[in-house]
Amino acid sequence: MDKKLLSAKQRVLRAVVIFLICVVTVIYLIPLFFVIHTSFKPWDLIKEYPPKILFRPTVASYIRIFTARTPLPPGVELSEEKVASMKWYERLVYKDTNEEVVRKGDLPRRYLNSIIIVIGSTVITIVIGTLAAYGFSRGKMRGKDDWLFFILTTRMLPPVVVVIPVFLMFRSLSLTDTHIGLILLYTAFNVSFAVWVMKGFIDEIPIEYEEAALVDGYTRFQVFMKVVIPQATTGIAATAVFCFIFAWNEYAFAFLLSRKTAQTVPAWLPYQMGVLGYDWGAAAAGTFVFLLPAMVFTIILRKHLVRGITFGAIRK
Amino acid sequence: MGKNVDENPGVALEKHYRGVRDKTLMRVFILPTLILLIAINVFPLIWSLFLSFTDYSAKMANVWGKNPAWVSSQNFADVLTNPEMWEKFITTAKYVIMTVAGEMILGFGLALLLQLDFKGRGLITTLLVLPMTMSPVIVGLMWKLFYDPNWGMFNFLLGLGRVDWIQDPARNLYSIVIADIWMWTPFVMLLSLAGLGAVPKYLYEAAEIDRASWWFKFTRITLPMVSPILMLALIFRIIEAFKIFDLPMGITGRGAMAPPLLAMHLYNVSFVTWKTSYGSAIGYIMLIMVLAITLVLVKYLNRAKQ
Repeated sequence: MDKKLLSAKQRVLRAVVIFLICVVTVIYLIPLFFVIHTSFKPWDLIKEYPPKILFRPTVASYIRIFTARTPLPPGVELSEEKVASMKWYERLVYKDTNEEVVRKGDLPRRYLNSIIIVIGSTVITIVIGTLAAYGFSRGKMRGKDDWLFFILTTRMLPPVVVVIPVFLMFRSLSLTDTHIGLILLYTAFNVSFAVWVMKGFIDEIPIEYEEAALVDGYTRFQVFMKVVIPQATTGIAATAVFCFIFAWNEYAFAFLLSRKTAQTVPAWLPYQMGVLGYDWGAAAAGTFVFLLPAMVFTIILRKHLVRGITFGAIRK
Repeated sequence: MGKNVDENPGVALEKHYRGVRDKTLMRVFILPTLILLIAINVFPLIWSLFLSFTDYSAKMANVWGKNPAWVSSQNFADVLTNPEMWEKFITTAKYVIMTVAGEMILGFGLALLLQLDFKGRGLITTLLVLPMTMSPVIVGLMWKLFYDPNWGMFNFLLGLGRVDWIQDPARNLYSIVIADIWMWTPFVMLLSLAGLGAVPKYLYEAAEIDRASWWFKFTRITLPMVSPILMLALIFRIIEAFKIFDLPMGITGRGAMAPPLLAMHLYNVSFVTWKTSYGSAIGYIMLIMVLAITLVLVKYLNRAKQ
């Protein structure tokens, strides 16, 4: 509607609604803001109550979550030369909490595990999921809808129900606490989603191109690679980002099936919070570092979100 | 959909390629997915169905006839007659009702507000959607920090004293409910927005000409048109809330003070006290309940679509 056509009453109403939306958004983001805010607080302000809103931000908490340190006994001060020879982040930690950085902490390793497992499972999911989606979209077979429904139901199972036999199976195959074990599990967890969403994308590609290519003597596989894949890139990318987010966030399986070698960040951080106990700054920093990739991807994905969260049921 | 393909004049589709029929090739395309799902989803399900009829503990050595030993439906009878289990069912039901009601009302309300077209609407929608794609367990940790009775900002902002939201069994269910509503309201909001956007404009224009009231337009046009999509959101949310596990793990952990939710209990039974087969029976009962709820709701969904 043209703005000029609005009456004064409508214009006031409009302003009120916009104001309301802004207020709601601000209130809504407070918990997130609070974590980011806490992660940048200097050590001595973190436990202050009522909480201080304004302060000089520091990255000391981030350095603490990435490193292992030993506290210096109270009153002990390092010599000036020693402080001067420290790396910048060592000096920062020393000045903030009077601790000495000993080595790299556990987080980098867990973060790397998360990245390896998530990328591994996403790549496999996309490869076999796109193949299956193409097969379901173009193939003619009896009971196709039943198979598709079967694939969907595997995703609806509560993970806690499947987790007992999966645990037993992994134990007897020695897959517990291995990267490949979690990659397989996350692939199985995501592939049903990928097939449904990708099938939707492939259904939208006109079949005529493929028929023309087949007439021209392409094999079916060549058609798939050279005609279908290039047209499905957006769909593939969106599906991949969704699979990435789902696997990145997964907790129940990772918690039960990884202890150390292949432990991911969501499995590690809650346990670590218990250990950190006193160090809420480091906990907040770890939380933010972990949430960041998913937040960035959500922003990239925003146009496809509805389609993804409904398994392709709603195509906007 | 399948019929369209059949009717296509694609004679080429039926051709043979290097001895492999096209139809066979399509099946080969589907095969890896099916094999994976059967190995990692179907096979475990059958296994746990078997275990639920036995007496088995994963902590002890496998001896056929003793561990697992066949006990027929004993585990199911034990689960359903145990008053402690009923407490878990009731708490979980309370949790589902509170979170889903909160999310549906707030999510739909926000979507109604966001129907207004203004500058920055896209940005605000994106910002509001952020919580939804975060890891539930990490969202739990975030709220744990936020609730902290000594220095967290939750009590401070609401002007409450040092109320303990995490350790106190009278309150911690609500602390999880609030975090769940925070996290999943955007889900309902997004679906509602999609539904509201799909209502044909001419319906409103026609009502405008008839000088219909706002209330009339809302109850006679908007609600009936978006009800299928609201049903869809409801189904998704009920299933997810029913099996909630990671969010409470982040906020309260699974200790003695944690609220008695089903999935958490299942975890404790199976992997802390190692009553594997009893846990499998609980798992199967949960599965049957999820399926029953879904089937009933899908029926309503189909009715709403008509």
